[in-house]
Amino acid sequence: MKTLIAILALLPAIAVAADLEMTLTIKDHRFSPAELKVPAGKKVKLVVDNQDATAEEFESHELNREKVIPGNRKANIFIGPLQPGRYPFFGEFHEDSAQGVIIVE
Amino acid sequence: MFASAVIVFRETLEAALLLGIIAAAARALPHRNRWLLAGVLAGLAGSVAVAALTGTIAEMADGIGQELFNATVLGLAVLMLAWHNIWMSRHAREMVQGARAVVGAVEHGERDLSAIAIVVALAILREGSETVLFLFGLASGGAPLAQLAGGGMLGLAAGVGAGYALYAGLLRIPVRHFFSVTAALVLVLAAGMAGQMARFLVQGDVLPALASPLWDTSTWLPVDSAVGAVLHVLAGYDARPSGMQALFYGVVLVSILVGMRLARPAPRPVPG
Ligand SMILES: [Cu+2]
Repeated sequence: MKTLIAILALLPAIAVAADLEMTLTIKDHRFSPAELKVPAGKKVKLVVDNQDATAEEFESHELNREKVIPGNRKANIFIGPLQPGRYPFFGEFHEDSAQGVIIVE
Repeated sequence: MFASAVIVFRETLEAALLLGIIAAAARALPHRNRWLLAGVLAGLAGSVAVAALTGTIAEMADGIGQELFNATVLGLAVLMLAWHNIWMSRHAREMVQGARAVVGAVEHGERDLSAIAIVVALAILREGSETVLFLFGLASGGAPLAQLAGGGMLGLAAGVGAGYALYAGLLRIPVRHFFSVTAALVLVLAAGMAGQMARFLVQGDVLPALASPLWDTSTWLPVDSAVGAVLHVLAGYDARPSGMQALFYGVVLVSILVGMRLARPAPRPVPG
């Protein structure tokens, strides 16, 4: 297990930095902006800022991503490089209100 | 109430199906239930602890603590499942042949069972901590507690029911084929977890995606369809996997298969 953690700790060094950083805010169980435009073929660092007191789970089948963002915290999610298209995402803990889409063009 | 039932069901399902397969795969091992129960309890206790620490974990390692944590939990579970399958390929034949061999395997069995208890605990830890966070969020958001508890219990019961149905179904398989079937299930389960592990490492930008996605079968078999969801839970099916995810899946699948082949006793088996 120690070796595993050591390997995991070393790995970030070999990853490439994101091309682009974008912020997504969660407030009152809604995403803003609900529509995000992103250029194709670029890796994007999505900074998700949860301003609600409760946790939310960012989830997208299209982006193949899921991440819990605790209340009043920020978290980073790396996406891409992506093909042009529409990539919907939602907050699994408040699916009726927390909806959004990433448009890659 | 319906929302909490659905979410608790979704989170429980994965852990419950895994528990069902593991319980079946370990059916010939002595003191099985004691070890499984220990795993469940440890997992539940861990879930509450992890949920309480989520904020801290999330901000560790420059905002990708959660990915590293999930990847580590999954990696450990894959190691334990691999150990179990390789161990079982050595002993399955003795176990089919009768009780004498099983008694002889007790010493090894205990070791295998502790590996199994750890897998169960890790599975519950991962799914359980999210469930605790979600329910806690709803409760602090002012949802009536009675409704929350009712929905949570309903979802939990449905998840456990699905796991038990799988377990009961597996036990109906004739003993001759039983160990091959459970070994195959544990094998794809481990490979699927390795794929998930890669997904978290790509999401945290620890590993490159290699291709994103490598293929797209979401129009043919979406992961949120019934068949897709079952395949996702049992075999790690993903409609849009990254290249790295597929690579982890393949490498773990082949490694465990090779390990099982190497561990299999020679035609004239040596005792123990
Ligand atoms: Cu032995």
